[in-house]
Amino acid sequence: MGLVAKAPAEALARHWAALGVSPEFTWLRPPEVGGAMVRGRMGGTGAAFNIGEMTITRCALKLTKGGAIGHAHVQGRDKAKAEQAALVDALMQTDLADTVRTAVLVPLADELAVASAARAAKAAATKVDFFTMVRGED
Amino acid sequence: MYVAVKGGERAIDNAHAWLAEERRGDTAVAELSVAQIREQLSLAVSRVMAEGSLFDPDLAALAIKQARGDLIEAIFLIRAYRTTLPRIGNSRPIETESMACDRRISATFKDVPGGQVLGPTFDYTHRLLDFVLAADGEVPEAASVSADTGGVPHVTSFLNRDGLIQTEDPDDAPPPDLTRTPLEFPANRALRLQALARGDEGFVLSMAYSTQRGYGRNHPFVAELRVGRVAVEMDIPELGFAVEIGEITVTECETVNQFTGSKTEPPQFTRGYGLTFGHTERKAISMALVDRAMRWKELGEDNVGAPAQDEEFVLSHADNIQATGFLEHIKLPHYVDFQSELELVRKLRAEAAAANAPEAAE
Repeated sequence: MGLVAKAPAEALARHWAALGVSPEFTWLRPPEVGGAMVRGRMGGTGAAFNIGEMTITRCALKLTKGGAIGHAHVQGRDKAKAEQAALVDALMQTDLADTVRTAVLVPLADELAVASAARAAKAAATKVDFFTMVRGED
Repeated sequence: MYVAVKGGERAIDNAHAWLAEERRGDTAVAELSVAQIREQLSLAVSRVMAEGSLFDPDLAALAIKQARGDLIEAIFLIRAYRTTLPRIGNSRPIETESMACDRRISATFKDVPGGQVLGPTFDYTHRLLDFVLAADGEVPEAASVSADTGGVPHVTSFLNRDGLIQTEDPDDAPPPDLTRTPLEFPANRALRLQALARGDEGFVLSMAYSTQRGYGRNHPFVAELRVGRVAVEMDIPELGFAVEIGEITVTECETVNQFTGSKTEPPQFTRGYGLTFGHTERKAISMALVDRAMRWKELGEDNVGAPAQDEEFVLSHADNIQATGFLEHIKLPHYVDFQSELELVRKLRAEAAAANAPEAAE
C-alpha cells in the first residue's frame, strides 16, 4: 500500500493500464481529497509536534466478484490514482494477486528504486573526502 | 450617519481581467507551465509549501503562477485552499533518522558516520551571474558514484552517548494544533515549533540573526543539517494498522548550543530544532536558533529582554498571512472611518480657534 501511495499517479496509471483488467466494483467510500497533519519529533527523536499538512486521497471499494474489499490512502489529489490503488489492494486478496504483483507492484517498485538510487548516487558524488596536509612540525 | 457605498463592480471585474492579462505578460513569450514552475523554481515551491503549511508541490506551483510570483500571495492561496480540506488524520511522527538524504552536513564534526554530503547546494558558489543560463545552456549530467547503503545517524546521538547534551526522549502523545485551537500564551514547545515551521522565512531569519548579534545570544553550532525524503505513515482505523501514505521532502536542522549551566541544569550542550517542508535550509536553521532562544525558561536562563526570547512577540508576528492580512486591509476603503476622523479634526480646530479668538482681539 505504501508503494502505490507514494508512486507518481502517472506511473501507477501506466502499470495499471498494462495489467489490462477492469474489475467491477461498488464504492464503499468514493474518493475523497483531504489533508493529513504531518508530525515531526523535537530534536529528531523527542516529543511529537505538527509541521503542516499534506494532501491525500482516500477511498474504499468492494469487488463485485468475490467481494474483496480494497482500501487506499494515497498522496496527492488524484482520484483515479486512489481508485487504482484500492483496486490493487482488493485484487491482491484474490487469485489475481500474483499477476498484479508482477504486472504492477514489482515494476513500480523497480522504477522507484532506480530513481531513488540515482539520487543517492548523485548525493554520494558530493561527499567530501578530507585529506590532511602534512606540515613541517611533527 | 452611516452611508453604505456600493459600486465599482465593473471596475473590479475589469481590473481582474487586466490582472489575468498582465499575469500572462507578452504573448510573444511562451507561457510558463505549472510543471515548469514545480521543476525549475523548486525552492520557491518549497517555501510556499512550508509557509502555506501544506505539502503538495503541484498546488504550490499553481499558486506561484496564479500569484505572478508573489510568494506571500501564493502562500495565502495555499492557506485558503488548506482550510477547505477535511482532516483525514494525523501522521505518526516522521523518522528523520531514516531519511534518504540529498544533503547532510555537520559543522561540528568533520568525520561523521555517513559523511559530509554537500548535495545540490549554493554553498561555495561564487555568486556570479551565470549568463549561460540566459543563453539556454544545456547542463552536463551530475556525477554519480556508488552510494553506501548504511544509515545516516543523527549527529547529536554521538554527543548523547557521552551525556554531554540534553536528550530528546520520544513521546507520541498528540501535540496541540494551532490550526484547530487558537494560539494562547504561554505556548508549549510543540506549539512554538508548529508556529515557527509555518512562519515567515524573512521574519524567522531576522529573529535568529538578532540572537547571533547579541540580543539573547545562545552560541549555536549547526550540529547537522539534512535535506531529503522521508516516508509518512498514518494509522488507518479501518485497517487497524499504520500504512505509508506518501513520501515528503523535508529539511532538518539541529543546533547544539553552548550552555554553562543554570540553577536547574548542569553545564551541557542544549539543543535547538528546525524542521520544515521542502528544501528550505535557511528557514530550518533560523527556526532552530529561535526555538533555542525561546527555551530560556525551561533551562533556567535569564530573560535578558531580547525580542527572540519573547514568545508572544515572536509567535504573534511570525505568520505572514496574518500580518499581510492586517497590513494590506488598510488600503481598502475606509471612507466612513476617515470621514469621522475628518469631522473630529475640524471640530477640534474650530474649538481651538474659538479659544484663541479673545486673545487675538486683545
